[in-house]
Amino acid sequence: MASADFTPRYWLFSLPAVLVIAAVIVFPWLFTLYMSGQDWKIGGGVEFVGLGNFAELMKDQRFIESMGHTLYFTVLAVVLPIVFGTAAALVFHREFPMRGVLRTIFVMPMMATPVAVALVWTMMFHPQLGVLNYLLSLVGIGPSGWVYEPSTVIPTLVMVEVWHWTPLVMLIVLGGLAGLPREPYESALIDGANDWHMFRHITLPLVWPFIMVAIVIRTIDALKAFDTIFVITQGGPGTASETLNIFLYLQAFQFYKIGYASAVVVIFFVIIIMLSLLLLYARQKSKWNA
Amino acid sequence: MTDSILKPTRRVLLAGGAAAIASPFVLRKAQAQGAFDWKKFSGQTIDVLLVKNPRSDLMQAAEKEFTELTGIKVSAEQVPEQQQRQKAVIEFASGKPSFDVSGISLHVQKRMAAKGKWFENLEPFIKNPSLTAPDFDFADFGAGPVAYARQADGSLDTIPFFVDYWMIYYNKELFDAKGVAYPKTMEEIFTVAQKLHDPAKGVAGFVSRGLKNANIPVWTSLMLGQGMETVSPEGKLLTDTPEAVWAGELYRKLNKETGPVGQVGFNWNECQTTFMQGRAAMWLDGIGFATPLEDPTKSRIVGKVGYGVTPPGPKAHHAGMFADGMGISRGSSKKEAAWLYLQFMTNKKNQIAMLKAGAGAPGRSSAYLDTETIAQSKFGKQYFDCLLASAKIARAGLPQIVPVTEFRDVFGVALTNAIGGADVAAELKKATETFAPVLAKSEQG
Repeated sequence: MASADFTPRYWLFSLPAVLVIAAVIVFPWLFTLYMSGQDWKIGGGVEFVGLGNFAELMKDQRFIESMGHTLYFTVLAVVLPIVFGTAAALVFHREFPMRGVLRTIFVMPMMATPVAVALVWTMMFHPQLGVLNYLLSLVGIGPSGWVYEPSTVIPTLVMVEVWHWTPLVMLIVLGGLAGLPREPYESALIDGANDWHMFRHITLPLVWPFIMVAIVIRTIDALKAFDTIFVITQGGPGTASETLNIFLYLQAFQFYKIGYASAVVVIFFVIIIMLSLLLLYARQKSKWNA
Repeated sequence: MTDSILKPTRRVLLAGGAAAIASPFVLRKAQAQGAFDWKKFSGQTIDVLLVKNPRSDLMQAAEKEFTELTGIKVSAEQVPEQQQRQKAVIEFASGKPSFDVSGISLHVQKRMAAKGKWFENLEPFIKNPSLTAPDFDFADFGAGPVAYARQADGSLDTIPFFVDYWMIYYNKELFDAKGVAYPKTMEEIFTVAQKLHDPAKGVAGFVSRGLKNANIPVWTSLMLGQGMETVSPEGKLLTDTPEAVWAGELYRKLNKETGPVGQVGFNWNECQTTFMQGRAAMWLDGIGFATPLEDPTKSRIVGKVGYGVTPPGPKAHHAGMFADGMGISRGSSKKEAAWLYLQFMTNKKNQIAMLKAGAGAPGRSSAYLDTETIAQSKFGKQYFDCLLASAKIARAGLPQIVPVTEFRDVFGVALTNAIGGADVAAELKKATETFAPVLAKSEQG
C-alpha cells in the first residue's frame, strides 16, 4: 500500500472545506469580537470603545443578575433530568409487561416542539384558569403563582425542562445499560450483594461514561435555553427569569445595541468553552479504561 | 321603438324622470372617477411589510380588488409584531429595504422612523390631484390620529389607519350584584375595585398588565390624569415627579391589593382571559382587545361587558392613545404605485370594513358615523360611545422618543418591583437615573 502523499499540490483539495469553515465559523466569530469593541446601535454611528463594553457589563446589575439566573437554571435543569432520567432508565431496563408501550409514551415529550410545549404549559400555569392550580385544589393545596411569581418562576421553568428532556437522558443511559456485561452481576450475586450494592458498585461506575455524555449534552442545552423561557415569561416577572440568553436578545434585538450585545456573546462564549473543557476532561476521566 | 318614444308608457316616463333627477349626481361621480386614472402604474409589483393581525388580513383580502382596479400586483407578507419591528429597523438601516410599503407602530417607532428617514413625506402625494383620487378625502382622518402621525418637523410620513384608545372594560353583572356604579374618578377605580374584590369567589376587583414592558401603558394612562406625559415636549424625563409617583402608587395599589394572584406576570392576553371568564370586575387596556369578549365561543360574559371611558384624574381627563401608521419607503423605486396602495387600503370603504369586522378602531372619523355598521355590529351603542368619547380626549400613551423599548423595559421593571412591595418613589427615581443617559445619547447620535 502506497504511503499518503502530503505534498503541497494536494492541499488544494482541502481548500473548499477551509473556505466554508472560515466563512461560517471563523469570520462570524472574528466579526463578533471586533464588534464587541465598538459602540454601535443600529441606525446610529460606530465608535471604537476598546474594552468599554466589557467594563460597562461588569457594572450592569441586570447582566450580573442574569448570570446568576443562568447558573441557577442550568444547575437545576441538568441535575434533575439526570437523576430522573437515570432512574427511568433503570426501570425501563427491566422486563415487565407493556414495557415497549410505556417507554414510547415516556419519550413522547422529547419529540414536541419547544415553542408548542411552552404555549401549552403557559396555559396550564395560569393562576386562575390553569389546570395545575385546579389539581392542587383537589388535594387541598392553595394556588401557586407558578411562572407568575418571582420566587417560583425559575423552578417552574425547570419543571418544563425536566418534563421535556428527561426522556433524552433516559435513552442515553438506557443505551449504556444495554451494553453492560452480565458477568460482574453474576459474581456479585454469588458473593451475596443486594440490588443497591450492585447498583452502587457495578451499574453506576460502568454506566457513568454514558451519564457524562448526557451531562455534557444537557449542560449545553440548558445554557442555550431560550425559546421556552422567552415564550413563557420573556424573562419576567420583572427580571426574575432573565437568563444571559434573554438579556442578550434584549440588547441585540429590542434595544439594537449590537456592540454591547457582542460583548455579552464573547463573555458567554468564554464561559461555555471553559465549561465544555471541564466536562470533556471529566468525561475522559470517567472512561472504563481510565 | 319609434312608437314607444312617441307614445311613452307610464313606466318609461317614470324611469326617464328618475334618470333625469339622478343624472347630475351620476355625472359628478363619473367625472370624479373618470378624472382619476387608477391604471397609471399598471404592471408594477409592490412589496408590502405588514404586522400579523386581523387588519392585515383584511388588507390582504382586499388585494384582489386593488389589483383589478389598478393593475398593480401586491406581494405582501405578514410578520408577527416583534419580528416585524426588528425586520423594519434592520432593513431601513440598510438603506435598501426590500419593501415599498411598511406598517409601523407609531407609539414605538415614530421617532425612530423620523431619525432614520425611513419614509417619504406623504403631503406632496396627498396634494397631487394626478396621484390622489378625489374621494380619498384626507380631511376625514381624525385630527388626533393625524397629529399623532405627524413628525416634529411637520411632515406626515405615515397614514394613521388604526388607533387604539385605553379605556376600562367592566363586568356589568358583578357591578349590579353589589350595587356599585362605574368609577367617576381615577381614585374611585381603586375604591370600586376594593368593593368588588372577592378572592374567596375567585373574582379580582381589577386586572391590568403587570409584566415588565407591557405594564407601561397602564401607568402612563393613569399619569395622563395628572395632565402629564412621561417625557416633556423639551425631552425632559418627568418620570420621578410627584405626578408620576402618584400614578405609580395607584398602579401598585390597584394591582397589589385588588388584582388576581400572579398578575405581576400578566400581559394583555392573561388579563383578557381572566376578564373574559368573569374573574375580574374591571380591566384597563386598549379598546382594540374587545372582539373576543363578545364571542360566545370564547367568553362567559357576552352581553355583560361595559365599555367605560378612562375616568378623569385629579388634574385632567385623557385616554391613552396608540396608533399604527403605514408609509412609503424612502428607498422605494415605485413610490407612486405604493401611494395608490396606501390610498386604497385606507379609503373609507376599507376603514369601515375594519370597524365592521371588529378588527380595531379606524383612523377615519366617517367610519364611526356609518349607522349601518353600528346597527349591525355585535358591540352595543356603549362601545361606540366609548370609542368616540375616548377619541375626543385622546393623548399619546407612550413618550415620543427613539428608545421607547428601553423606556418600557427600565420603567417596566420599576413597576413590577413596586407591585412586589418596593417603594414606588425610590424605584422610579432609580429607573429615571438609569434611563436618563440612554435618552440623552439617543438624541445625540
